This record gives sequence, structure tokens and C-alpha cells, in this order.
Amino acid sequence: MTNVAAGSALRVDEVRKSFAVPDAPGTRRLVLDGISFSMAAGELVSLVGPSGCGKSTLLRLIAGLDLPDAGDLLVGEEEILGPSAERGLVFQDPNLFPWLTVRRNIEAGLVARGVLHEKRHEVDEFTRLVGLGAFGSAYPHHLSGGMSQRVALARALINHPKVLLLDEPLGALDAFTRMRMQDEVLRLWENRRTTMLLVTHDIDEAIYMSDRILVMTRAPGRIDRTIDINLLRPRDRTSDSFLRLRSQILEHLHFAGKAADV
Amino acid sequence: MQLAVPGASLITFGIHLLLSKKAPPLETHSYMLLFWEILGVSIVLSIAQSFWAGLRKWMRHMWPIFTAVILLLGLWDMITSGFHLLPLPYFPGPAAVLRNLINDRGLLADSTWHSLALLLSGYTLGVIVGLVSGVCIGWSTSVRYWGMPLLKVVGPIPATAWIPLAMVVAPSALVSAAGLIALAVWFPVTMLTASGVSNTRASYLDVARTLGAGRAYLIFRIAIPAAVPNIFIGLFMGLGASFLTLVVAESVGVKSGLGWYVSWAQGWAEYGKVYAALIIMAAFFSTVMTLLFKLRDRVLVWQKGMIKW
Repeated sequence: MTNVAAGSALRVDEVRKSFAVPDAPGTRRLVLDGISFSMAAGELVSLVGPSGCGKSTLLRLIAGLDLPDAGDLLVGEEEILGPSAERGLVFQDPNLFPWLTVRRNIEAGLVARGVLHEKRHEVDEFTRLVGLGAFGSAYPHHLSGGMSQRVALARALINHPKVLLLDEPLGALDAFTRMRMQDEVLRLWENRRTTMLLVTHDIDEAIYMSDRILVMTRAPGRIDRTIDINLLRPRDRTSDSFLRLRSQILEHLHFAGKAADV
Repeated sequence: MQLAVPGASLITFGIHLLLSKKAPPLETHSYMLLFWEILGVSIVLSIAQSFWAGLRKWMRHMWPIFTAVILLLGLWDMITSGFHLLPLPYFPGPAAVLRNLINDRGLLADSTWHSLALLLSGYTLGVIVGLVSGVCIGWSTSVRYWGMPLLKVVGPIPATAWIPLAMVVAPSALVSAAGLIALAVWFPVTMLTASGVSNTRASYLDVARTLGAGRAYLIFRIAIPAAVPNIFIGLFMGLGASFLTLVVAESVGVKSGLGWYVSWAQGWAEYGKVYAALIIMAAFFSTVMTLLFKLRDRVLVWQKGMIKW
């Protein structure tokens, strides 16, 4: 396919972000304290860490929805100054537009960019890509959680983003749907080689999917450690090396104990 | 069960024959014709329903209401033309009202037509201005800063309170009435549109922005569609307010329409005509209301199954 835009490299350099505390005027809470990391084009990296460590804030900064207090964010050579169709974002809540059918949700990005006319053929392609060919005219509230999230993925992918930001996209799904969706996301990633940054709470998911895991500290968030996952795909969730990595990460996050004895 | 309506109409007409021997024969004649029609139609429907399931369902639903309405007619007849429990000419019987309805049908139809034209022009104007001002107030913080206080102070004044001013300012009574109706509609439509637009889920806007949306897309394709359920509440409230304003404006300034007809008939103490006009008004307003409900069901089809209507 000629229209596949391969991913771009991403660089985050000494990024700091704080928010005003609503209850105490004048004070600010530091959420991100000098975050630095970089991703190669086409890499799939997971971001794990305790709740409230600023993972979602970081994703919003990369998406361009918020601006950092200090530091640089670069996609390729370009500085991130605001939201762009080049950086797709999928939330835990699919946030489908409830007044649009599945098909119209998927084509939203084309309409927003004013290119629907030239790229209309891609709507079918992406609807099929996420296995929703039969649901084009359904409204979002008729869909299951997994289906909704597929629509959200297709809606983000139709713009051929250079970076796809995933903020716990599978967090609300049941265990089986979740594992199926992990394979689905991997398949999309392998086909398209979009650079993907995945925020997750699920260590298994991070090990199963990513090339690299960034572990963040408790707030204010910093990158504490990088763990390379050198397992061949498709990965076996029950293999020794998988489980070894898993207990290593849990230990690092101080959740070891019983899990390490298994 | 199917015999309830024919039975009720026989009872009611029986009451009429027994009680109102003094009634003018013409009134009794048209009243009788009405019951022959009800009797005929209900018997035909009762037979047809055994072949047609849809009709059967509708009849099962509507029959008790029809029966009750017909029996209430009988009760009304008994109280008024039967035992003369209520003073004339203020409370004529159903046969007299029906006679007026028939006799004055030309003027009534004309009045209805004038009311409809006035209502539609005022309502449409109010909705358009209300949508524009609501979207502006809801979307832009600076417009909200200046617009909201004005809306909060001026909006709650009933449109009819402006009548003295409207009569002086407007070039004609008709224009002033249309303006007042528009004003009555404008307030709820603006209020509800503004709150709908400003309460658009931030995450919808965020998603749209990461999809490459510009301001026009965010306003017209996200904020406004998200506000449509709210906007419809405003449209319904505005419609109620517009009925009220229409009738008042017609009875004080405009020399046409159902509101004018009612006050004119009252001036001649023709209460039969007053009730006839009220019946037309009830049918007219509830039809308009039903049409708005139908429009909402169409536009908000995406909510079907999501919320209870």
C-alpha cells in the first residue's frame, strides 16, 4: 500500500508539567518532573507506573492537547505545538461520537481534514480492517466495549498518524476481549509500522506487546527505568522468559511478594 | 371490548335525547349526525380489527380513552343542557358548541390559518436567533461574559409583558406579535443551546482535535450535535411559550387568529363559539407539538435505546 505512512521518531526532552491546585489557589502541583526518552520510528513502547504518576498527562502533551512548562517534544524534527492529525490518540473510553454511525465515526478524521472526497474509499478499508464491515450503520451505543474500541482505533488510524498514542485503550475490557484486542493492535502495528506509545496498568500487556517498557515513578513522574523486551513475537504469555520478566518488573514496582513465588 | 365506543355513544346520545327536549332541533340534528358517524366508524373499525393486527393493537390502546371522552360528553350534556346546573350563556351544552363549530367553520378555519402563519413566523425567527445566540454564548467565553447577564436579566421577563412597548415600536400589530413570539421562544432556546454547547464533553473535543479538526468542525460537528438533546428541550419550552404569547398577542392587538376569535366571541357573549375555538386550539396546538416530537424522534434517532424518552 502506497498510502501507508510509516511512523516517526519521537523525542521527549526534560519535560516538566505542573497544574494549579484547585483547592489551594496560588500553589501548583508538579506532575512531570523532567521526563526524557526517545522512541525510534515504528517502535512500540509501553509506559507503566503507579496511578497518578502523570502517564496520561505525558500523552496529552505528546498529542499537543496541553503544552509543557519546560522541555521539548519532537516528532521527527518537528516541535509539537498543538494537536495534529499526525498524532492519533485513543483513550480508555472509546469516546465515539454517539450521534454518528460507526462509519461516520471512522470517517470523522477525513471530514475534519476536508479530504473525505478523495479518500472515501479508505473508510470501507478501515471499517473492514477492524472487522466491523457489518456494523457500518450501527450507532455507537449498540456496540460492545471491544467493538467500540476497534472503531476508535480505526478512527485514529484512518489519518495515517505517524505516532499513535494509546491511553489504556484496553483497560475497560474483560480479560478475553482484552487479549484478543492485544493481538489486533499488534497486527495493525505490524502492518502499518506506526510508532505506538501505549500507557497501560497491565504488566502482562506491556510485556506481551512492546519492544520496550518505560517504568515511571510515583508523582511527580520521572522515567525510572527502561526495560527492553527481547522476546520474539508472537509471544507466549506462559513461557519462562515471559514470566521471569514479569516478576522482575513486579519486583521493581514493589508488587513482588507472592507473585514472585508462583 | 370493541363495543365500548358504540355503546358509550349510544348512552351519551340517549342522555341527550332524554334531557334536552327544549334544545333547538338544528343542534340536536347535527349532534345526532355526529353520533351516527361515531357509531358507524366504530362499528366498521370493530369489524376491521379482526382482519388487521395493527389496527387491533391501536384500538386496544385507544378504545378506553375514546369511551371515556364520549361518556364525558354525556356528563357535560347532563350538567348543562340537561339539568341546567351551570349558568347560561357561559356554559352551553355540547350540541350547541358543535353547532357553532359547524356554523362558524369558515371564520374558524381562517382564524386557524392566521394563527398558524403568525406562530410559524414568530417561532422560526425565535429559533434561528436563539440557536445563533445560544451557540455563541455557549462556545465563546467572552460572548458568555457579556451575553449571559443580559440573558439572565431580560430572558425571564414574560414576552407578553413587552406588549405595551411592542405596540409603540413595531410598525404593525402583526409584526409586534411575531416579534413577541420570537422573543418568547428565543429565551429558552438560547439558554438550553448555550448550556448544551458549553457542556460538550471535553474528551469529544480532544478526540476531534487529534483527528485534525479545526474550529468550524469543533463547533458545527461536535459541540452542536452534542447539544441537540438539550436544544430540543429548549424548542419544546419555546413552543409552549409561543402558544401563550400567540393567544395573548392576538387577543390584545392583532385582529385575526384564534386568540382574537375567542375574545371577539366573548365580547358578544357567544360562549358556544368560545368553546368551539378552544377545541380547535387544542387540536391545533397538540398537532404542532406532535410534529415537533416526531422531528425530535427523527433527529435524535441515535439516542434510541440509550435513554428512556
